[in-house]
Amino acid sequence: MSACTALPDAFLPARGQREVFCGLTGIVWLHRKIQDAFFLVVGSRTCAHLLQSAAGVMIFAEPRFATAIIEERDLAGRADADAELDRVVAALLARRPDIRLLFLVGSCPSEVIKLDLGRAAARLDRSCAPGVRVLSWSGSGIETTFTEGEDACLAALVPELPAAAGDAAPSLLVAGALAEVVEDQMARLFAAIGIAPVRFLPPRRATALPPVGPQTRVLLAQPWLAATARALGERGAKVIPAPFPLGAEGTQLWLAAAAAAFGIAPARVVQVTAPAMARAQQALAPHRARLAGQRVFLFPDSQIEVPLARFLARELGMAPVEIGTPYLHRFHLAPELALLGEGAPVREDQDVERQLDRCRAARPDLVVCGLGLANPLEAEGMATKWSIELVFTPIQGFEQAGDLAHLFARPLDRRARLRV
Amino acid sequence: MQLSFWTYEGPPHVGAMRVAAAMRDVHYVLHAPQGDTYADLLFTMIERRASRPPVTYTTFRARDLGADTASLFKDAVRDAYARFRPQALLVGASCTAELIQDDPGGLARALGLPVPVVALELPAYQRKENWGAAETFYQLVRACAGPPGPRPARPAGVLPCCNLLGPASLGFRHRDDVTEIAGLLAGLGIGVNVVAPLDASPADLARLRDADFNVVLYPEIADTAARWLERSFGQPTVRTVPIGVAATRAFIAEIAAVAGVDPEGSLRTDECRLPWFSRSVDSTYLTGKRVFVFGDATHAIAAARIADGELGFDVVGLGSYSREFARDLRAAAAELGLDPLITDDMAEVEARIVALQPELVLGTQMERHVAKRLGIPCAVISAPVHVQDFPARRAPQMGFEGANVLFDTCVQPLMMGLEEHLLTMFREDFEFRDDAPPSHLGAAAPPPPPTMSQPLSASSLRWAPEAERELGKVPFFVRGKARRNTERFAAERGLSAITVETLYDAKAHFAH
Ligand code: SF4
Repeated sequence: MSACTALPDAFLPARGQREVFCGLTGIVWLHRKIQDAFFLVVGSRTCAHLLQSAAGVMIFAEPRFATAIIEERDLAGRADADAELDRVVAALLARRPDIRLLFLVGSCPSEVIKLDLGRAAARLDRSCAPGVRVLSWSGSGIETTFTEGEDACLAALVPELPAAAGDAAPSLLVAGALAEVVEDQMARLFAAIGIAPVRFLPPRRATALPPVGPQTRVLLAQPWLAATARALGERGAKVIPAPFPLGAEGTQLWLAAAAAAFGIAPARVVQVTAPAMARAQQALAPHRARLAGQRVFLFPDSQIEVPLARFLARELGMAPVEIGTPYLHRFHLAPELALLGEGAPVREDQDVERQLDRCRAARPDLVVCGLGLANPLEAEGMATKWSIELVFTPIQGFEQAGDLAHLFARPLDRRARLRV
Repeated sequence: MQLSFWTYEGPPHVGAMRVAAAMRDVHYVLHAPQGDTYADLLFTMIERRASRPPVTYTTFRARDLGADTASLFKDAVRDAYARFRPQALLVGASCTAELIQDDPGGLARALGLPVPVVALELPAYQRKENWGAAETFYQLVRACAGPPGPRPARPAGVLPCCNLLGPASLGFRHRDDVTEIAGLLAGLGIGVNVVAPLDASPADLARLRDADFNVVLYPEIADTAARWLERSFGQPTVRTVPIGVAATRAFIAEIAAVAGVDPEGSLRTDECRLPWFSRSVDSTYLTGKRVFVFGDATHAIAAARIADGELGFDVVGLGSYSREFARDLRAAAAELGLDPLITDDMAEVEARIVALQPELVLGTQMERHVAKRLGIPCAVISAPVHVQDFPARRAPQMGFEGANVLFDTCVQPLMMGLEEHLLTMFREDFEFRDDAPPSHLGAAAPPPPPTMSQPLSASSLRWAPEAERELGKVPFFVRGKARRNTERFAAERGLSAITVETLYDAKAHFAH
């Protein structure tokens, strides 16, 4: 079943302004996930400002991320980059003795001036041993879009994972940051299905890295992990093709794909997940009644757009008008695209002005977009759903299927209530 | 490199955006990578702006770097002009584009567009947001105001008029201040020629020269432009910032002198409740409250003066992140006999707050969070702004109504007067036990952290257990002060241990 309505104009890969975050933004959820890690961005005041503004994390407490702001003297060659980094890192570690894993995070400026953070991390890793590990990855906007920062971070962790013993039994590695509540639910389901051992990447503590080896089967929990999947492949692990665990159907198929890889019959998955499935269906029903037939337009943001559109179309009966995504990893998304059906209006990349023109022309019932566009579109009379909630709130799994649907029902519900 | 956890100001191109977004018929093409588009949400979310800020980003990527970022920039300018048809175009580079040196100004001019193209040179590795806003406003004024020259004399019988300079997007209550000040000027019989950058178009900037004088409401943004207008058109500048009763009166006097009008009617402060509220007996408890002030220079200086002279507080600390106005802040601190704090490192500000143990913090959203953690009441008086700083009601900081707003702002976070007296009287009752937080902070108010009750100095001062117990009987809201005074008293006398005797000696000493 697919409820997509194709747009009349051809889906040309228009290249124009993108309205998306850079990979640094991933730090906002990664620092909460890996609780003994610290993220030091080597960048500009813009990077620092993005980090504190982008996600509304302005709690102004002692955070587990900071920016080493490059200054004029660093550029003019009056300061030695290595010495400066050493000084900043020493000051940081003195102030935060709890840090066990330090990520040096590259940015556009650090890349353009060709600061070799990989080399710097290796040097600092030696000098800070054994108490602190130092790794690097890049969240720069010229290389990474929003959730690709998480991909870069996890890919940087992969070479650090201990090697699984040669005679180890097959194990499951779930890759991609999930909210703890979701992770715990999934762990219980895997156990009930009979898949063990199951480990998660990123781990909650940097000191507890999961082992990896040829017997490791990888199940991606997020659609943006192309580099991580590649790195795990290089360690001999095999990725299990699966749709993503959004919605009741998506979650069940995701679990079933893992089960199949472990030689467990689909019937077992159906049996184990039946109660959760029923609860999810029950939670979805009222939202489906509200949302069925509503036309939805998705702006590109996190790469979750394709699995999300599949959920909206198949489980809530919504009609995607356009499914924008910053990148389309056809390999990892093949199961999703198959579910979405032929002719789904998926559009990779972005020219935000022309996309807004299309959106205005289409007059969808609901627009899924970033915070920079939401209020302006609301002011034009369109109902919107902020896409950022899709990466910051627990939406995966059976128990969250209703919550996920509710995110889309609420803007419409609100409009129906207001009489001002 | 500078280790930064939080920053008070964004990069300079965000300052340029604040000017562009405040104006009409201006468009800004920014050579920048995709992530820099985050800045849009400052405007659409914090200010609840109903349209996108007038900014086009080139969003170049790594693979463009080797190829042709320059033609990408030219295409972006051409497309933006065709789509938005602005009266003037701003072009510039963000921190990353500054490094690739594409010369946005030259590229844009080469397109031969039929509108002024203002090339912004905002050194991202040296300067910050407010400087960027000031420079942008100045460059726009220069480009649009027409050739320098003397103004014709104002014909007899024509009302004097002025320009209000400085209000911008994401300013702290700028829009409400403009309404307040325009009303005040109307009362003086003075017209407003142009308000800029807020709601002004480039065509309005061309009319700036028609005013008799300029009023700089926010020097952080308008000072550079006002100096140029003064030089170019001989327009005098009014620099008194009308925040607070005394400052508003001084402002009116200065305006009246410059405009040649009679100030008398406007100097009456019947509508201003601050003077009477401050004198009413309920306000007695405000006397000598220790206040720490931090913000941009304009708002911090004004708040310190109000706290000192109009609310009867004791200003114990004054600081600002506006390095460009450090001199003004130092002068204001000197007036109050204080050691000024000029820093953009929030950790330093926090350390100063901890060391000073104020009873009230007047600061930015960042000090609000610090104060919350420390259990100190706090009010926000300055940018950087948060969605809360855009209240639905009108809440100016300037003029007499602004003074009323500031009275409420500064006093409401404190314990209500009677409540504090009752606490003192009934402090033996269990409801008022030491660790009960002030009721107005709500049940969720955190207990003061240990830093506030531990000795602050690393000196060898030791509290005898019975002295520590005696200190515990002092009501919690003055305990910090008692501890600090006692330690200072002991340190000055070279004592190594504090006994109950020392405690009461110190009390007598400071009770003058
Ligand atoms: S896009 Fe580049 S310069 Fe901008 S915030 Fe991201 S990493 Fe920093």
